[in-house]
Amino acid sequence: MNFETVIGLEVHVELKTNSKIFSSSPNHFGAEPNTNTSVIDLGYPGVLPVLNKNVVDFAMKASLALNMEIEQETKFDRKNYFYPDNPKAYQISQFDKPIGKNGWIEIEIPAKGETPGYKKKIGITRLHMEEDAGKLTHADGYSLVDFNRQGTPLVEIVSEPDIRTPDEAYAYLEKLKAIIQYTGVSDCKMEEGSLRCDANVSLRPYGQEEFGTKAELKNLNSFNFVRRGLEHEEIRQAQVLMSGGVIEQETRRFDEKTGKTILMRVKEGTDDYRYFPEPDLVRLSISDEWVERVKNSIPELPDARKARYESELGLTAYDASVLVINKDISDFFDATVAAGADAKLAANWLMGDISAYLNAEGKELKDTALTPENLAGMVKLITDGTISSKIAKKVFTELVTNGGDAAKIVKEKGLVQISDPEVIRGFVTTVLDNDTKSVEDFKAGKDRAIKALLGQIMKASKGQANPQLTNEILLEEINKR
Amino acid sequence: MAKLTKEEVKHVAHLARLAITEEEAEKFADQLGKITDFAEQLNELDTTNVEPTSHVFPIANVLREDVAGEGLPREKMMLNVKEQEAGQVKVPSILE
Repeated sequence: MNFETVIGLEVHVELKTNSKIFSSSPNHFGAEPNTNTSVIDLGYPGVLPVLNKNVVDFAMKASLALNMEIEQETKFDRKNYFYPDNPKAYQISQFDKPIGKNGWIEIEIPAKGETPGYKKKIGITRLHMEEDAGKLTHADGYSLVDFNRQGTPLVEIVSEPDIRTPDEAYAYLEKLKAIIQYTGVSDCKMEEGSLRCDANVSLRPYGQEEFGTKAELKNLNSFNFVRRGLEHEEIRQAQVLMSGGVIEQETRRFDEKTGKTILMRVKEGTDDYRYFPEPDLVRLSISDEWVERVKNSIPELPDARKARYESELGLTAYDASVLVINKDISDFFDATVAAGADAKLAANWLMGDISAYLNAEGKELKDTALTPENLAGMVKLITDGTISSKIAKKVFTELVTNGGDAAKIVKEKGLVQISDPEVIRGFVTTVLDNDTKSVEDFKAGKDRAIKALLGQIMKASKGQANPQLTNEILLEEINKR
Repeated sequence: MAKLTKEEVKHVAHLARLAITEEEAEKFADQLGKITDFAEQLNELDTTNVEPTSHVFPIANVLREDVAGEGLPREKMMLNVKEQEAGQVKVPSILE
């Protein structure tokens, strides 16, 4: 039997405010454990939470960027649970009136071999505001708690069960992350926990309307792990169903080492949280003007930017989508083009050598000495023929490690491209005189010999000879012999 | 009026992380049932045209500006902590 996979994703995003959601303690990542707390975060008796205005602004900004409606008359609710990560024994969240509802984003699945690519809208059920809990570290026989994260503002974004494949889940997360990053309300760094994802996944026979029983996957610490965890879960559930078994509603943990999912616990029902309206906070009433003000503060979003790259800068749809999905790269690209670089070349460098360098070094653009200005300087030297693409790689290595001005580096290191035909002809004749074997091979019809000769000439010129010109002169000279 | 079942009492006790005996469950089922019965009287009121109320005060939008102050000094925070290690609060293991 063939099964259809049904996936829904719950994404938690930490908001980049100065202070916590209900107290004035500092909200930043990486502080010494238990130094960013307050009596409000720690749930001391008699304290009262007061809502941070910026949290409402940020939550609305994210909601509107995700094409959601704003619930203008809303409130907070208390979710009760006992766990050592939360000294209050409840989390202040939003239950039945989330600030954002009924949104969607469009994802794009690239073509894979024979399978054509496609676009698809994924619905977003809700976005609500809540507070984060402390961070637990498990040791042997006990656990340690750091309450710095307690009270950090979060939005939880719940998708509709519209996702049908692990690849769609991956594309949804990439797009969601990009949109949130563009709004500036969060860094969305999975490695720092400012974006976290749980996945609900179930199978049903094709054609069946009713959903199967779902499992919830946790400990998905990268988008790749989300995809792998879902791929594993598809196979596991299919095997259980095919052998006549039943899927239990349960929480499973993704194991990074084996790529498998492991049973954590059988899920408690929602009733067990005993939600009720938070008595310590008054209701929230959001005026039309407030919504309008936030709407007007939303910057250019990925889809609009992609369209601009295609129509104004002449990039291909593929290049444009690769660039916009990473806000840092995309912002850097915009600045490089603004500094006078050719768009297509700048795009190629960012998607090629620069991305490869960042991946290999595990760095971000801001950790390097590369700036939009010096990259633009280098691209201009390629465009006007001062340096070849090959030489540019040397210049790039210098720029990315030590910074500086591309033109100056080229001058100081004597890297200017040799475009004088007579100088090139000199290199060519020397090489042809020395390697008569390759010349004979070429005459005997072995075209490959040209490559060997070209390599020697480039080497003799220290890579500075204009490649196109060298090729022409080489053919000219070899045909004379 | 329905009295609470022993199972419901045990369930609530578990959610509150309270250990209770069979006899206590029996006794509390009766006592708690009386309390819920008392509260049930509110259902006799016709609330058809009454908006759900989440707060008794007719005020909205009590907000603070997003300004960060100092965190509580850790020594002070730790005054109420039973056991600590490396600046963190030590608690019993919660993952098997």
